[in-house]
Parts: sequence; structure tokens; C-alpha cells
Amino acid sequence: MHIVKRDQMAWYKSWLIRAAAIVAALIVCALVTVLLTHKDPIKVYATMFSGAFGTPRRIWNLLQNIAMLLCVSLAVTPAFKMKFWNIGAEGQVLVGGLATAACMILFGGKIPNALLILVLVVASILAGAIWAVIPALFKAKWNTNETLFTLMMNYVGIQLVSYFSMYWEAQKGSGQIGIINQSTRAGWLPRIGEYEYLLNILIVAVITVLMYIYLKYSKHGYEISVVGESQNTARYIGVNVKKVIIRTMILSGAVCGIAGFLLVSGTNHTINTTTADGRGFTAIMVSWLAKFNPLFMVLTSFLLVFLQKGANEIATVFGLNKSFSDILTGIILFFIIGCEFFINYRIVFRHSHKEVK
Amino acid sequence: MAVPAIELKGVTKRFGHVVANKNVDLVVNRGEILAILGENGSGKTTLMNMISGIYYPDEGQIFIDGEETQIRSPKDAFAHRIGMIHQHFKLIDLFSATENVILGINNGKKYNIKEAEKQVREITDRYGFILDPQKKIYDMSVSEKQTVEIIKVLYRGADILILDEPTAVLTPQETEKLFAVLRRMREDGKSIIIITHKLHEVLAISDRVSVLRKGEYIATVNTADTDESQLTEMMVGKKISLNIERTDPKEPTDRLEVRGVSCEDSMGVRVLEDVTFTARGGEILGIAGIAGSGQRELLEAIAGLQNTSTGDILYHNPDDGQTVDLRHKTPTEIRELGVRLSFVPEDRLGMGLVGNMDIIDNMMLRSYKKGRSVFLARKEPRGLAEKVINELEVVTPGATTPVRRLSGGNVQKVLVGREIASQPKVLMAAYPVRGLDINSSYLIYNLLTKQKENGTAVIFVGEDLDVLIELCDRILVLNSGRITGIVDGRTANKEEIGLLMTKTAHGTEAKTDAHS
Repeated sequence: MHIVKRDQMAWYKSWLIRAAAIVAALIVCALVTVLLTHKDPIKVYATMFSGAFGTPRRIWNLLQNIAMLLCVSLAVTPAFKMKFWNIGAEGQVLVGGLATAACMILFGGKIPNALLILVLVVASILAGAIWAVIPALFKAKWNTNETLFTLMMNYVGIQLVSYFSMYWEAQKGSGQIGIINQSTRAGWLPRIGEYEYLLNILIVAVITVLMYIYLKYSKHGYEISVVGESQNTARYIGVNVKKVIIRTMILSGAVCGIAGFLLVSGTNHTINTTTADGRGFTAIMVSWLAKFNPLFMVLTSFLLVFLQKGANEIATVFGLNKSFSDILTGIILFFIIGCEFFINYRIVFRHSHKEVK
Repeated sequence: MAVPAIELKGVTKRFGHVVANKNVDLVVNRGEILAILGENGSGKTTLMNMISGIYYPDEGQIFIDGEETQIRSPKDAFAHRIGMIHQHFKLIDLFSATENVILGINNGKKYNIKEAEKQVREITDRYGFILDPQKKIYDMSVSEKQTVEIIKVLYRGADILILDEPTAVLTPQETEKLFAVLRRMREDGKSIIIITHKLHEVLAISDRVSVLRKGEYIATVNTADTDESQLTEMMVGKKISLNIERTDPKEPTDRLEVRGVSCEDSMGVRVLEDVTFTARGGEILGIAGIAGSGQRELLEAIAGLQNTSTGDILYHNPDDGQTVDLRHKTPTEIRELGVRLSFVPEDRLGMGLVGNMDIIDNMMLRSYKKGRSVFLARKEPRGLAEKVINELEVVTPGATTPVRRLSGGNVQKVLVGREIASQPKVLMAAYPVRGLDINSSYLIYNLLTKQKENGTAVIFVGEDLDVLIELCDRILVLNSGRITGIVDGRTANKEEIGLLMTKTAHGTEAKTDAHS
């Protein structure tokens, strides 16, 4: 038995394999469910769906979560395309959110709301961009390892949020900021009509399209591809690699900052250390699964959010703990990522030496 | 007839949809030198890798001394006394020759370097190698390193030796020495398989020749009964004439003047020392030298990719008669000065092109910045891509195919096509035919000659001395970063250039006729 690389596969075949992987994952999940919990797997899956789509509120919630994950995924994509392993999106989102929260607290009620929102946007973009450009500068100047650097910046970001949670705590000793400007709603992203998260979703949709165009049709996007594929080629054609790295990380951080803004001003109206909720890491998976194509990322982020929501619902409804939903999510992701192997390779069995002629 | 040492029957190996070897039969006898002849990409190395246990065949059988055998690893191969000397050496620089030879041997005996050294000496004496067993690898020349690789295999008791393009890195003189050693091994009853695509070497050394073409086994002939043209025909599949038409330079004018250029690599080691020469428009200047003698650094210094510590690189612009110094300029600055300099680098997919991009996007690598728009203009590169595909007969499913999916020759056509399209005044090409089949090679030679006729100063770095002598008007020889001579391509011979490539003292006598 040995492993052989495949050629390019027809697109429908590769999607067929992916679909088969999901079916296989569901079967394995069903088996695990029956064996561990003795529940009816069909009911479990039905619960999963109702958890995600059961009520209009749930659907809006789902969409909002997709939008947030997508936004962070879009942010990391240019960096990853450049082969700059930015695993610091978590921190970049957090400081973006922190900047938003800080401005809401400091300026809330003191300046007109429209102006405040503008300040929030600028502040969050700046904060995210600064957080991202620091490792980029070190990389460009001293060739430091960006993976470690961006990872460490996450912890600094988290601790900053912790510190300010104490500093601005709502009630003494709570260590929580609480809902900011609850009565005045100053700095809250306005809703469109009845729909609470619609504006968030629209903003992310616009960013998606812009990012797609930027990567595919702009000169900057072209430079990002060249630097990512081969720095030697970039040098050869006279691209300033350092400049591209710094510029791209500023963009990456800026979009993370916007995600932070949307989470604080448009969703939670508060901030704590879990506001980013691991999206900075999940985003990496979303981006890779979609092969860095912003349009495909809509699908992959939907898939991941749906799985998370569904699994959580199962855990609640059937009185299972959170760990069980993690097991199911893990199994499904394993199959989805694992099936890429079968898209790129095939396994050939050769039992014995076949007699020639 | 005696039982052959190795016999292959119907061996097939596929990589994805590429069939590297298709139904190959091969016989290797004891005490003979068998040449495996074929163009690049014809599957020679893949076939040998299956005998030496690196690949495992998809179909077919391998017999050793008449018995069917499965060779699943290089260890298995050694157990059958088969050893392969690869094109790329696998030696540890900090170890001595002997230490490298015994590295990895686990026969339960105590480590005894003295004893091993003695055995290494026995081997060198027996076959006439020249090697000091205590010399460290980092002190060795390429040919000495190769000797260590061969001894490594002999020390492990190999009776069947496979050499993959052993002469590619050697000078003519070193090649002669290697052949003498191989003949002595043959007399000792060893079987030797030598992979090559150089015809005259096949005729010089082998007893029989097996020819592969596009992965398929064509035939085996006795070397004594064949000649170059028959072998070429077997190798290429049709009769072709192998002539380069060298026209006389028309009014050569000084175009690029390199004066006293020296530079160091990132470790601070001198890689170019006081290099001075002039490239003229309407002329092909060849650069010869053992691999790593500073060829890459020299071209990169001119192209603005390598910092120089001293010297000037002067470009005489034929359009306005101005002279500009290219030293310490970036590629972008050079272009902005109006210097029409094209560069076909040695590393095609790692530097000249981007493998994952399609032909259109690769066409605009050099020109995408043009214009003020923030968006890319793909119209012009699309036209250029179509033009290159048509004129150079690039075999590709279309202009939107990623270049890494093209074969080596077609990749090179895309790269050369793009560089020529900008109508250069200086065209530098580093090993532009490496890995190309004969037809593509001659296409490239003709393109270079055409550029020369258009008045371009062509600088051609090559490794095949026969080609350099046939193609170039003048040939500059580099030796450890210094110029050891500039000779006339019409009168030079291989031996002369070979000596310039290797001589240790950097005399000036060769330089005198250089600037004539």
C-alpha cells in the first residue's frame, strides 16, 4: 500500500468528497452519541438544526456569529496569503474592542453620537493596526518569528483588557465593566429597523466584497501573492518585501480592529477577556479551508458557526455537558479537514507482484 | 549466456497522471558499463531510484541474479549490493572522508576509525582514486566529494554501482579521471550504470547503451555499433540537426562595463573578486566555470540583487548615449533609469516566475506597476501570454494554467519569452537550457542568437562547454569568483577552458588576450 499524489481534481468531485466526509462524520458522531449517551442520534441531529435555525432569533444569532467570525477570517487572510503567520488576531480584535469601549466610556454623552461612532471606528482600527504592525516591524527589521510574536501579543492584549475591566468596573469588586452607556446608548451601533444585528452583517458583507477585490484585482493584492509565493521572486521584480509585510499587517490588524468595534459597539456593548471568544484562532481554520478565497469563507464560517451552535444546543437540551458538544465538533472537523488528504492524494493498494504477461 | 546482474521486466512508475516510467525492460550484466541515455525528464533517474530502493514500482518485476526481488528501501538495495551515487551529494561537511564513509553503518562491530581508514585506502589504491581519507569535506572540491560518495558505496560492498549524471559537475580533465576509475572497476567485475544525456560520454565510456524516451524504453545497443546521430534519433524520436548558426557580430559596441567588482556573501566570504569585463551589443558573451564560481552573484550584482563592496557597473545607453552606474541600485531604480536589462535567472520557479500563478499573471511580474491605477491591468499581459504561447509553442492547456503545472521546457519558454518581450538591450541568462529537451534547448539558443543579431548584449552562463564554444562569440571563465581568462569562442577548445576553470594560481597570462 502506498500513497500517490493526485492531479487537480474536477471541482464537483472534490465537493463530492467533502460532502461524503460530512456524512461520514455524522455517522461516526451518531455512533459515539449512542454508545456514550444512549440517546437517539436522529433526535440529536434534529436538535442540532433547531439549535441553529429553530427560531428567528436563533437565525439572527447564527448570522451575527457568522458575520463576526467571517470578519476576523477576512482580517487574517491577507497575512496568511503572504505566508505571514498572524495568529495574533485574537489580541488584535481585543485591543480594537478595548479602544472602542474606552472611547465609549470616555466620550459617551460628551460628543454627538454620530461623531462618537466615527471616533470609535477610527480608534478601533488604529488599535488593531498598531497591535499587528509591531510584530511586522520586528519581522521586517530583525527577522523575528512572527508566529511566537503575534501569539505573545495576544496575552498582552488579554491582560490589558483585564486591567481595564478592574479600572472601569461597574460595581466595586465585580471586575466587570458591565453594559456601557446602558441608559444613553451612546456609541451603540444603531439598529436598522427591527433587526438588531443587520448593520453588523451588512458591514461584514461589504468588507468581504472589498477584500475579494483587493486580493484579486489590486496591485497590492498581487504583491501579497508574490511575496507569499516566493520572496526571491519579489526581490527579483523589485518589490520592497519589508514594505509589503508592514502594509499588509496594518491592513490585517485594521480589519481585526473593526471586528473588535463590531463586537463591542454593535453586539455586546461591553468588553471582557472572552469577547473575541477564540475567533482569532477559528478564523485561521476558516481562511485555510476556503483556500484564502473571501467568498468561500462565507461558507466555511457558516459551517463552523453552525457546528458550534448545534453542538451547544445538544449539550443543553439533552443535559449533557459542554465537553460532549466539543467531542462532536471535533469529530466533524477532523473529517472535514481530513478529507482534504483524499482530495490531494489517493491510496494505491498493491497486493503482490503481478506477473507480467 | 550468464545470468544478468539485474533484470527489469515491465516496470512502470506513475506520479499522479504523469507516467515517469512505462513498461521498461532492462538488463545489466556483470563486468560491464551500461549507459542509460535519455533527455531530461525521460525517466532515467526514476528508473534508477527504483533499483536503489528510493521508489517502489507500481507494476513490474525486478530480478537480481535471476531471482525476483523486492527492493523496498536503500537498505534492501545495499543488501543486494546495489549502491547509487546521487547527483546531489549527501555528505556532512564537518566530517572527514572516512567518517562520512562509515557513517550509518551498523554492523555490530566497534567503531574503529583507524581500521576504516585503512580500508578506505585499500579501495582508493585498488581503483586509482586520489583522496586523502582524513581530509574534511569542506576542504574538498566537487570532484573529491564525488569520490567520497563512490567510496561510500564501494565500502558497503556494492557490486552494482549507479551513477546519476556524474560528469555534470566535473571539468573535462576530472571527467577523464573518473572514467579511468570506472574502467578499472569494470575490470574488477563490477557492474556500472551511468546515467547521462551527453552523447560523446556515452560513446567514450560505455559498453552498451539503453535509451529511454518520455519514460518509455526504446532499445539497447552495443556502443561499438552506434554513433551520435543514431543515438540522438533514438533519444528524440526523430532526426534533427544539431547546429547552432553563429553569425558574426555586427558593429559590436560596448554596452555593459563591469569594472573591478568584488562582493561577499551573507557569511562574509568573498564570492567575486575584482571582476572586470565588457559585454558588447551584438555579441554573446559566454560565462564558463564550475558551478558556484560566482556566476550567480555576478549576474545578480548586475541586476541589482546583490550588494557589491567595490567596483562599478556601467551601462552605456544606446538610445541617448548616456552612461549610468548600476551599482547599489535596486531593480526598480535600474528600470526607472531607462536601462533595458532582462534577466533569466537560474532558479526559474523560485525567482523568475511564481509557480502557483497562471501564465498571464507571470507575464506581468515585471510590468504590473505600470500606470497610476491601484488595480491591475490584465489586458496587455493576456495578449503577451497568448503571443508567447503561440510564438514559442508553449504546450499548455491555456493562458490561465499555473506555470508549475507546465513541463520544464515550457516553463523556461514562458520565462524567456517574457524577458525578451521587453526588448532588452542587455539580456542575461543563467543556465537557460538546464533540464530542457534537445528541441527546446536549440529553440533557446536560436532566440539568444536572434537577440544578438538585434544588437542586444547577451550574457549566457552555461555549463556545457561544447555549447558555449559553439554559441558564444567570447567566453569568460570564472574560477572561485575571479576571471581566469576571456577567450574567443571561435578558436577556443574545451581543454583550454577546462584548465582555466580549475587552475589554482590566478595568472595574468590568460587575461592578456582577453581585452583585445
